[in-house]
Amino acid sequence: MSQQEGYADDVVKGFIASSILWGAVAVLVGVLISFQLVFPQLNLPPYLTYGRLRPIHTNAGIFGFGIGSFMAFFFYIVQRLTKTRLWSPGLAKFQLWLFNVVIVLAAVTLAMGFTRSKEYAELEWPVALLVVILWVIFSANVIMTIIKRKEEQMYISLWYIMATLVGVAVLYLVNNAGIPVSLFKSYSAYAGANDANVQWWYGHNAVAMVLTTPPLAIFYYYLPKATGVPIYSHRMGIIAFWSLIFMYLWTGAHHLLWTPVPDWVQTLAMAFSVMLIAPSWGAVFNGYFSMNGQWHQMRENYLVKFLVFGITFYGLQTLQGPSQAVRTFSAFIHYTDWVPGHVHMGTMGWVSLTLFAAIYYTIPRLYGREIYSIGLANLHFWLAVIGQLIFSISMWVAGVQQATMLHATNSDGSLHYSFMETFIELYPYWHIRAVGGVIYLISVLVFVYNIVKTITSGEPAQSAVKA
Amino acid sequence: MLERKPVIFLLLATVVILIGTIVTMIAPFKWINDPKLKIAEVKPYTPLQLEGRDIYIREGCNNCHTQTVRPLLADVDRYGDYSKAGEFVYDQPFLWGSRRTGPDLARIGGKYPDSWHYKHMADPQSMIPKSNMPKYAFLQKPLDTSLTEKKMKALNFPYVQADIAAVQGKSELDAIVAYMQKLGNDIPWRKAAQAAVIGDLKNPYLEDKTVIPEGKVIYDKDCAQCHGKDLMGDIGPGLADLDKPDADVFKTIYTGIIAGGMPAFGDQLGKDRVWKVVTFIKSTQRK
Ligand code: HEC
Ligand code: HEC
Ligand code: HEM
Ligand code: HEM
Repeated sequence: MSQQEGYADDVVKGFIASSILWGAVAVLVGVLISFQLVFPQLNLPPYLTYGRLRPIHTNAGIFGFGIGSFMAFFFYIVQRLTKTRLWSPGLAKFQLWLFNVVIVLAAVTLAMGFTRSKEYAELEWPVALLVVILWVIFSANVIMTIIKRKEEQMYISLWYIMATLVGVAVLYLVNNAGIPVSLFKSYSAYAGANDANVQWWYGHNAVAMVLTTPPLAIFYYYLPKATGVPIYSHRMGIIAFWSLIFMYLWTGAHHLLWTPVPDWVQTLAMAFSVMLIAPSWGAVFNGYFSMNGQWHQMRENYLVKFLVFGITFYGLQTLQGPSQAVRTFSAFIHYTDWVPGHVHMGTMGWVSLTLFAAIYYTIPRLYGREIYSIGLANLHFWLAVIGQLIFSISMWVAGVQQATMLHATNSDGSLHYSFMETFIELYPYWHIRAVGGVIYLISVLVFVYNIVKTITSGEPAQSAVKA
Repeated sequence: MLERKPVIFLLLATVVILIGTIVTMIAPFKWINDPKLKIAEVKPYTPLQLEGRDIYIREGCNNCHTQTVRPLLADVDRYGDYSKAGEFVYDQPFLWGSRRTGPDLARIGGKYPDSWHYKHMADPQSMIPKSNMPKYAFLQKPLDTSLTEKKMKALNFPYVQADIAAVQGKSELDAIVAYMQKLGNDIPWRKAAQAAVIGDLKNPYLEDKTVIPEGKVIYDKDCAQCHGKDLMGDIGPGLADLDKPDADVFKTIYTGIIAGGMPAFGDQLGKDRVWKVVTFIKSTQRK
């Protein structure tokens, strides 16, 4: 364990613990809102209605679980790839504390109805301001560590990490610009169609800079660690990197197809979304080719299973996404349950599975103990995948069915179904989705149990567990 | 190369990110704010409507409701004229939403009478039994007006003191209903979209009693919420003893009575089903 010494790893432990906590909260609230859609009497006004809880769910998932883990693993990875101790462990400790304060404030203010209403940028300005401070000290710490690194070559993960730091900063500052009227109320600085276009430039690139580049940084670091063989092609990773961060920024308006946003912006978004398949699949192939001759590990090594399923869901996600960005298909599935199906293949499949693998790999090394139970890790894996598939598949079917009904016409050109006739057909799917959610929640509880047991009573590490 | 120069790398990455940003996010401001897209009839929010809008935001109604009608048959026939950029110039933030768990609300203004909204907001299931919209009866409380004037100023909306005074004593429910009734109603699309009834208006089912049960099903689903379960009237008038020619009843249902709060059902139901409802309604009287 001697390599661990000298690295500031306490803060990594803290961020992993926090992110697991907020991840569990996100999933729990997810299960609650999926039941509220079926049993509206579960809405408890005023604080716990669907309208206020849904943003708590997305924020806990993306910021609490997602960003929390990324902070953990960026610190962990950066120190090791640069062979350098974190620039300021003290600042990182402050950051951990501030992070948890911000997430609690976010949950409380959202429950109280203080919201800007823009998706993934709901937090009112005082909380948003704290997020900015958080990001600045985080970025400073990571970038300074990279600058004074002892390993000259920068591995591909560091590229994705740095792009994330600047990307999120630009996006967040622009989309959060507002006019405050009180401590808890502000209006967007932009109006109408302008505001929509700014928001979805932000929204889609939150997908890029939060749900794509950080998990890719983690994937590129942990896949070789888990398999023991290097990544297939660094060069391919680099080409994919530059085209990815170039193209993503053009695609925001694919969330606004058929709306009053100018047509040419929509068309550009559509074209660039289709082109995005190339760099996205660059990463997928890089992962698959790295597995050449190693596929037997899928059976023997649970970490590999998480990572390969993760990148596979990423691959499916980046084929489905571009198809949704095509006008004709968007006309059909936009606004329906199809989209939550897409969202959760990405979040519960790609992002979560990758993070689970990283946590399983890292915890034993941080605490010097063997993982408590590989059997439970496998159980966690299967429950998570099954829960997610039930969720996504039921929502795709629901989306297609509702879309078909909404567009059906009679021979005289009138609509065949009223909105409510299409709506009541969704209940069975929403029941199935809720069951999928419960299965996924159970998988998370198994995971938490396994991690807690590893920390408290795992076998002391054998030499196999090295950094 | 770059693999060794983090600062240059960071600058280059920023530039790469900014190219798409400038073209697709910054440049469109010019196109969207084209004076040609202005619509003179579209008016800023009154203080009461603005407070209602803020409650809409606070309650996260946008998580279930969109506010843009797309130029597609399925949208236009269901919700009304498609949305135009000029209709949203006073919307800070925009509230187009991304998920239609409930119906689009971009053109809800004028669709129903106020009384429908009060009843529906307090208890949606009492009118639409299968709805999953939360009950918002708790909005029946005094509106906090301490920031109203400041909000109007922040957004540069015109007002006179009387407007501000008018908000005093209102409930949150009053505000949200006022907001609902404003939505999409600035342009006179309802009049323009009012379906003209063409062809001769002769009830094809005049002698056909077999369609009565089907007519009743449609009535229970689409009309009972306002005209009462037994046609005895509620928000709308009783229809039990409706003594009017079939053709007139048909026209009322098909094209609605915009000013009176009777929605048009022509696009939604089509001629055939409207005739069936007419036959059902008249059957209760002919008996
Ligand atoms: C859980 C999702 C959900 C939330 C949250 C929600 N609604 Fe609804 N809403 C629905 C559904 C479903 C319907 C259709 C059934 C009905 O009329 O109740 C509906 C219908 C409506 C209608 C009638 C639309 C029409 O054309 O008939 C209005 C108006 C409305 N909602 C306003 C609101 C407002 C205002 C809020 C916030 C205070 C809100 N809703 C919150 C789901 C929701
Ligand atoms: C949102 C509430 C609402 C709904 C839903 C509704 N109505 Fe009405 N309806 C009204 C109101 C209000 C009036 C009175 C309008 C007036 O006279 O100014 C009315 C008037 C009428 C009249 C004319 C009555 C008369 O005395 O001339 C008929 C017929 C009618 N409705 C039939 C229907 C049918 C059939 C349906 C279902 C397909 C329906 N309505 C759905 C509110 C509603
Ligand atoms: C058991 C697991 C989960 C359940 C049951 C669940 C449930 C839900 C539900 C019911 C919605 C609303 C869908 C709608 O509007 O119709 C939703 C939205 C969303 N969830 Fe989850 N969720 C889960 C896990 C997660 C996780 C782990 C994340 C993120 C890391 C996440 C991110 C999101 C996002 C971003 C949305 C918004 C989607 C959109 O706007 O289309 N969810 N979730
Ligand atoms: C090439 C890659 C991708 C493209 C082109 C793409 C495209 C799209 C499109 C067009 C939508 C809007 C659907 C609609 O509302 O009609 C969407 C929604 C969404 N996508 Fe993707 N997607 C991609 C990858 C991903 C990935 C990897 C994730 C990771 C989780 C993801 C997460 C989301 C989320 C959270 C939303 C919902 C946004 C909202 O409405 O709130 N996407 N995507």
